[in-house]
Amino acid sequence: MSPATASEQFDLRLYVAGQTPKAVRAFANLRRICDEHLAGRYTIEVIDLVENPALGRGDQILALPTLVRRLPTPIKKIIGDLSNTERVLVGLDLRPRARRASA
Amino acid sequence: MAKKLLDHNGIDKAPTGIPGLDDITNGGLPAGRPTLVSGGPGSGKTLLGISFLVEGASRYGEPGVLFTFEENAQELAADVRSLGYDLDKLCQEKKLLVDYVHVDRSEIEETGEYDLEGLFVRLDHAVRQIGARRVVLDTIETLFGGLRDTGVLRAELRRLFRWLRDRKLTAVVTAERGEQQFTRQGLEEYITDAVIALDHRVHEQISTRRIRVVKYRGSTHGTNEYPFLIGRDGITVLPVTSLLLEHDAPNERVSSGLAELDDMLGGRGYYRASTILMSGTAGTGKTTLSAHFVDAACARGEKCMYFLFEESPQQMIRNMKSAGIDLKRWVDKGLLTFHADRPNRHGLETHLLEMHHAVELADPDVVVVDPITNLMAVGTQTDVRSMLTRVIDFLKTRGVTCLFTSLTTSSQTLEHTEAMISSLMDTWVLVAFDTIKTQRSRHLYVLKSRGMPHSDEVRPFRITSNGFTLLPTKDRKSPATAGARRKK
Repeated sequence: MSPATASEQFDLRLYVAGQTPKAVRAFANLRRICDEHLAGRYTIEVIDLVENPALGRGDQILALPTLVRRLPTPIKKIIGDLSNTERVLVGLDLRPRARRASA
Repeated sequence: MAKKLLDHNGIDKAPTGIPGLDDITNGGLPAGRPTLVSGGPGSGKTLLGISFLVEGASRYGEPGVLFTFEENAQELAADVRSLGYDLDKLCQEKKLLVDYVHVDRSEIEETGEYDLEGLFVRLDHAVRQIGARRVVLDTIETLFGGLRDTGVLRAELRRLFRWLRDRKLTAVVTAERGEQQFTRQGLEEYITDAVIALDHRVHEQISTRRIRVVKYRGSTHGTNEYPFLIGRDGITVLPVTSLLLEHDAPNERVSSGLAELDDMLGGRGYYRASTILMSGTAGTGKTTLSAHFVDAACARGEKCMYFLFEESPQQMIRNMKSAGIDLKRWVDKGLLTFHADRPNRHGLETHLLEMHHAVELADPDVVVVDPITNLMAVGTQTDVRSMLTRVIDFLKTRGVTCLFTSLTTSSQTLEHTEAMISSLMDTWVLVAFDTIKTQRSRHLYVLKSRGMPHSDEVRPFRITSNGFTLLPTKDRKSPATAGARRKK
């Protein structure tokens, strides 16, 4: 799969359950990565499942935090506090996956 | 009283509603706790879980949540519809909630610390939505294929089972059987309340399913492996009834259908609700003897059920007519019903379960199985014995007099094959051939008959167009023995 082209709009959703340390960390990491790599072409929607438990079913949320790339398609899921930037970039298709094996 | 304490004051039980399973668990699964159900692929784990939910929702007023990690909700509903389970209807009535949990490692990138709070939130939400009391997680081990961090996974599963206990949810957690342990991921380490193992094995091309309660903390339970079936009505575990030696022993006697044979049995025939074995080599007249018994029972106005594993009913009726016994009139009157089946069409337990159903439905006074040996061919010796014990128990408890014919092959001694079932039989009549010069002559003797004086004679007999005719013994010096011959 080829990395996303520079003009595409990123529609991201971050699922969390309350203001847990992992959730706070994930949000901070996500903001930093997006500002560096997707400046001006991303939206982040944070969904707190404690407030909206019914929403977990639609995106098949299991692990938390989960970042869902809704656009560009196909849908991608990235779980964890997003502290491994390289992996987040791979997950978002901003880095080619081939390098993963050695990483 | 002691029994009552153990069974009822021990722990609360949630009945599964699965026939037989509640018997071997003395009432059901531990209420408010998780039970682990492990088994190989196709062993019936999912169906057990769904039955537990459907029965809970429809019969015990306990709504349930199904979290399925493998099939999707539509496929699942279609799969169980053939068993009469309408999941959609129960879902609409808010008695059941099905959530399909999809995990695919290839779609997920792991980038740091996480937990499974999402699963907890979904489960909690589902449970609250319908006020669930029962939960099934099928098969949660799938998560191990979807997530890489097994350390997190194990910690979260431990938390999940504690979570279920804290909320007093009765849960069934299914798992694949492992090589060394009960489950691949060692879930038995986390769920220690109750463990049930399912097994599906094939012996001589006939498949048998088995269930065993491996562990049940705080409760007595049957420890054997029990056969179970997946049939039209879902799962049935044999025994359908518990195994107890508690049936009545009536003093009433019933005629064998032959005055001379009654003579040999203390002058009054068999006991009602006893078991009778007719054994002998091929063509000795076992079926004719059975037909006489049935004929006499029907003449008394009793209902008879005849299980045929060799002949068709039409063939049986024709053959017996040639021996002067008119069975058709009893069929026409509704007193005699035939159930004919090929022995190798199903496994042994299916046959026995069908017999069970038929007997429960028609409530006969007399049951004949002709020949029982054909059924024995479809199971191993231990299987046959344990199942036969249960069926006999069931019949005796209902006050049914049962007659079994048994075919001895010529290579065996006459009393050989029956050794495994003879102890279950109250009366054993043997029929045999003697070849003297150019003529084969038949004879009959009573090998045993519990609770009555019986003759030690070996009586020759003939089968004519008037049926069985017992002839007097040649040795006139010892006329009737202990069994008083009827005084004329």
